[in-house]
Amino acid sequence: MGLKENLHNFKVKNKGKKWLPAFSAIHTFLFLPNETTHNGTHIKAADDLKRTMNTVIMAMVPCLIFGMFNAGYQHHLAFDGIQAVSGGFFSPEFWTLDNFNVGFWKIIPLVLVSYGVGLGIEFIFAIIKGHEVEEGYLVTGMLVPLIVPIDIPLWMLAVAVIFGVVIGKEVFGGTGMNILNPALTIRAFLFFAYPTWMSGDKVWVEGAVARDQAIAAGENLDAVSGETILGTLAQGKEVAHSAADMFLGFIPGSIGETSTLLILLGGLFLIFAKIGSWRIMLSSALGAIVMGLIFNQIVDAGVITETSKFYGLMSTPFWHHLLIGGFAFGTVFMATDPVTAAQTNKGKWYYGFLVGFISILIRVFNPAYPEGVMLAILLMNVFAPTIDHYVVQGNVKKRKKRLKVKTA
Amino acid sequence: MGLLSKKDTKLITDPLADNNPITIQVLGICSALAITAELKASIVMSISVLFVLGFGNVIISLMRNIIPSKIRIIVQLTVVAALVIIVDQVLKAFAYELSKTLSVFIGLIITNCIIMGRFEAFALANGPWKSFLDGIGNSLGYGVILIIVGFFRELFGSGTLLGFPVLGDPIAKTGLYSIGYENNGFMLLSPMALIVVGIIIWVQRSRNKALVEDH
Repeated sequence: MGLKENLHNFKVKNKGKKWLPAFSAIHTFLFLPNETTHNGTHIKAADDLKRTMNTVIMAMVPCLIFGMFNAGYQHHLAFDGIQAVSGGFFSPEFWTLDNFNVGFWKIIPLVLVSYGVGLGIEFIFAIIKGHEVEEGYLVTGMLVPLIVPIDIPLWMLAVAVIFGVVIGKEVFGGTGMNILNPALTIRAFLFFAYPTWMSGDKVWVEGAVARDQAIAAGENLDAVSGETILGTLAQGKEVAHSAADMFLGFIPGSIGETSTLLILLGGLFLIFAKIGSWRIMLSSALGAIVMGLIFNQIVDAGVITETSKFYGLMSTPFWHHLLIGGFAFGTVFMATDPVTAAQTNKGKWYYGFLVGFISILIRVFNPAYPEGVMLAILLMNVFAPTIDHYVVQGNVKKRKKRLKVKTA
Repeated sequence: MGLLSKKDTKLITDPLADNNPITIQVLGICSALAITAELKASIVMSISVLFVLGFGNVIISLMRNIIPSKIRIIVQLTVVAALVIIVDQVLKAFAYELSKTLSVFIGLIITNCIIMGRFEAFALANGPWKSFLDGIGNSLGYGVILIIVGFFRELFGSGTLLGFPVLGDPIAKTGLYSIGYENNGFMLLSPMALIVVGIIIWVQRSRNKALVEDH
């Protein structure tokens, strides 16, 4: 008798025990259980929830690895004044083991806390409710470390994960029932609860906050900072980074959001695997471009002059908006979440367009919330069912009309 | 059984839990969200509502047979308004700072649905003693939730309770703050009050399944 059957027998023997869902979860995660359905004929697709989740995680891995290098690069750039990248994406100054080491040891704890706490709660709820553990947290757990600043304290992340999973997901009935994207709920919680750790010019560079505290304690050191491009623009200052830097990702920001190039690759992979919706990605970009163009036109028409506090962000070339901040990451990995996005094809166009449109709107008009993408996606998550409702009703109406014409 | 009969006791205890005005009847939510960032404000608000609802119920109950039913809402409003003005003036005279914190919300007790709700549902149909007990019970039920919400919001949002720094000093980094703890700014925002009330409702309904509505 093999291990597989042993495990199966173990499960049968302990049927009805309280802790069984937890065991089944690990079992399903490691092996394919040899349980078959007994009634009727079933057509089973190979792309079950687990595979869907794994595909999304695979699409995010390049961003994660790039984020590790970038964390070290930004750290060394700010602290030791190393040479800035010059030779395109494969600059040797960027891909050094030293850079990787700094980032790796900072980011791995974030990943572990995110998964440890999140899955822990999933297990607890599975045992209370007596159902199988859902795989829903696998993607969220990966998204969370990618959308927080590198220096976020681990306990804050843990508190936010508890809040996000319980209030954002479990109260609605668990995976597949949530209204809001759990990863963004977690980020929004952090953003409103601990704003000093989520914005400003210190948190994006590993060690900058600690350096500040050391200075406050009386040590004679130079303060370091690394502001995100959105933060710089909101204050109306000149941006020091080129568009190429923004596209390739050699800029300060949340861990996974900086490299638009790698996010695009991940997005293409998701589209190719038929998991992410290209409609949402495309229409979000369109929405952002339209809003950006409107702002550019307003500036060109002379309505907003340099004295206005909105000038910096409004005069940014519209296509820069696609490259900076979390826009690319949000639209590719967050807005496309199949549970919280619009379900109908037509609805996806409206939904995506509004996500892009509102993101840039919030970005420009509310510099206190530099990350408009997060709020825009959460807002549209709430409206997604409404959009779907009207799309479906519109279709019903159209068909009724057609029926009338035919029968008349 | 001395002071209260079994039925009368129920008038007070029911609204504390299984027929709570906030968590079960979902009345008076606005003030529960607005003024619970501090425990002190929650307590004063509860006492104010206790006064207004207790006496308001008695007054309406005494007048119940002479109020023409067509204009009863206006009469009720006048009674509440008179009581609220008393509360407001007392606060302004003896606790000016607090009355500034509560600002418009004392005045808004007039529009608190619990009060009009109890007048309509109870005081118009029952005698003054019973109405008084009902008013006390319901405002205590309201107060309990306000104080629970205020407790958690002030503790986690500002690290204080009734103004005393129980978790240490966030600026001098003493107590919990010395190990890196920080106040949760989200707790001070009204949406978090809604979430805390939601959690109370959740806990209450999972303890007593009879409260869960069918769909």
